[in-house]
Amino acid sequence: MLKYQYKSQIDIEEITKQEALSISALAVRHEAERQEVDESVVVQQMKTTLEVMKTNIKAGIASTKPSIGGLIGQNAAKMYAYADKGNALGGDVLCRATAYALAVTEENARMKRIVACPTAGACGVVPGCLGAVQEQRHLSDEVVIGALFNASAIGIVIANNATISGAEGGCQAEIGAASAMAASALTELAGGDVSACLNAAAIALKNVLGLVCDPVAGLVEVPCSKRNVMGVANAIAAADMALAGITSVIPLDEVVKAMKEVGRALPFSLKETARGGVAASNTAREIHKQIKQNVADTYDL
Amino acid sequence: MHSNFGVFDIVGPIIIGPSSSHTAGACRLANAARAIFNRPVTDAVIHVYGSFAATLCGHGTDKALVGGLLGLLPDDEQLTHALNTAKQNGLSYQFVLEEETVSDANLVKFDMRSTDGASMSVSGASIGGGNIVVKRINNTDLEISLQYNTMIVDHLDKPGAVLSVAKILADKRINIASMNIYRQGKHGRAYMIIETDQTIEPEIVEIIRHFEDMHVIYIPQLY
Repeated sequence: MLKYQYKSQIDIEEITKQEALSISALAVRHEAERQEVDESVVVQQMKTTLEVMKTNIKAGIASTKPSIGGLIGQNAAKMYAYADKGNALGGDVLCRATAYALAVTEENARMKRIVACPTAGACGVVPGCLGAVQEQRHLSDEVVIGALFNASAIGIVIANNATISGAEGGCQAEIGAASAMAASALTELAGGDVSACLNAAAIALKNVLGLVCDPVAGLVEVPCSKRNVMGVANAIAAADMALAGITSVIPLDEVVKAMKEVGRALPFSLKETARGGVAASNTAREIHKQIKQNVADTYDL
Repeated sequence: MHSNFGVFDIVGPIIIGPSSSHTAGACRLANAARAIFNRPVTDAVIHVYGSFAATLCGHGTDKALVGGLLGLLPDDEQLTHALNTAKQNGLSYQFVLEEETVSDANLVKFDMRSTDGASMSVSGASIGGGNIVVKRINNTDLEISLQYNTMIVDHLDKPGAVLSVAKILADKRINIASMNIYRQGKHGRAYMIIETDQTIEPEIVEIIRHFEDMHVIYIPQLY
């Protein structure tokens, strides 16, 4: 048994209390003991990870190239230009986090090198949130690296006790997990304690229970890219609630368990099979037909 | 899916998008097929089934499969150019979109040839999160994850075959994590799949390679 091993919210609470650690510090220590390396090694690995995220944000807001499926690719640039006008309804942080989340997901759909966080389909939520808040508050990379470790701890709890796969649990398992991870990370960034982080994660995940995975034509483009933005908005609101002292009536461990059960109850058609939800709409069927035709034309079949 | 998640399984892995199962998993399957064939592939007929067939270009699965046959890994940005690279490197490929319904959502079969005339067929499934299972080599059904160091011994099903290999590993103090045997029939060709935590040195593989009626391939942990 490893000293800092945690598999649940209760484990995190116990160990962080006993050892007087933040969630990020706990995640660093556990990963170091797990890999049997020095803490500086895993921090360096996370630095590389953060670099990839930043590259995606930068390239994504500057590009208008279509995705390989052809359904998205213009939105990050539009949102970034809109953010620059400084008149967004949701305020500057939400608006920029939206642009960055769109940027990362559009880069993903262009076959760029991205960080699955926790999955490729949900790769925009955490970098979108952290990128915007880092900018607004002029935070150092070291602090953001800590926040990524915090996010990973929440993701580990969800992956261990439920699932992070859309095929198994629907979108609640992907965007839901990403949103809970981001909510907790943002809370720590803004000075919240361990309990506030866990409340933020619980609130964020609870808010998206039942969210279905219904990719149009089976592609990680529509509605996935914009659902990342929903994950961002939900994470920021959940973090702000937790920082205001609002708690989740249902603790994170129980929300995770509920998410797993809801995932089981969701029909096959709403779990990444592209047979239900918006994937079954008339427009989606037309798009799907066109894409099939493109495949056939490309390979001359 | 393993249950002991690390930080970089969650904030990570770093991969080429857009889909861990359709892009990263596809690329790993092709790398697995290439490693099992153990020769440069010059000619490949790639049969895709289920969701792989339905979204082929849309997830870059075609590029990931061809790139993997060239030895490109799931985080290599060159994957985007794999179809052109294949032409330059003398790999000719052809896709077959199979309509047959199979139990795996994402299944692929590689029929591979190399310049020396050797050929091999390898099938495998992408099972989510970029994880894969090799399910068939030529006519033998089996199961290989490649998440360990793996030794595949193609041998004749006869008494003593397993013992002779196990003995060498024991003598060299290699701890076997798991061992499975899959055979086509009594006294026919069979595969021993040996998974180890430690790496197996080339000289040990060489000793086994010289055993009568045995062909051995060693594949270091793929991911």
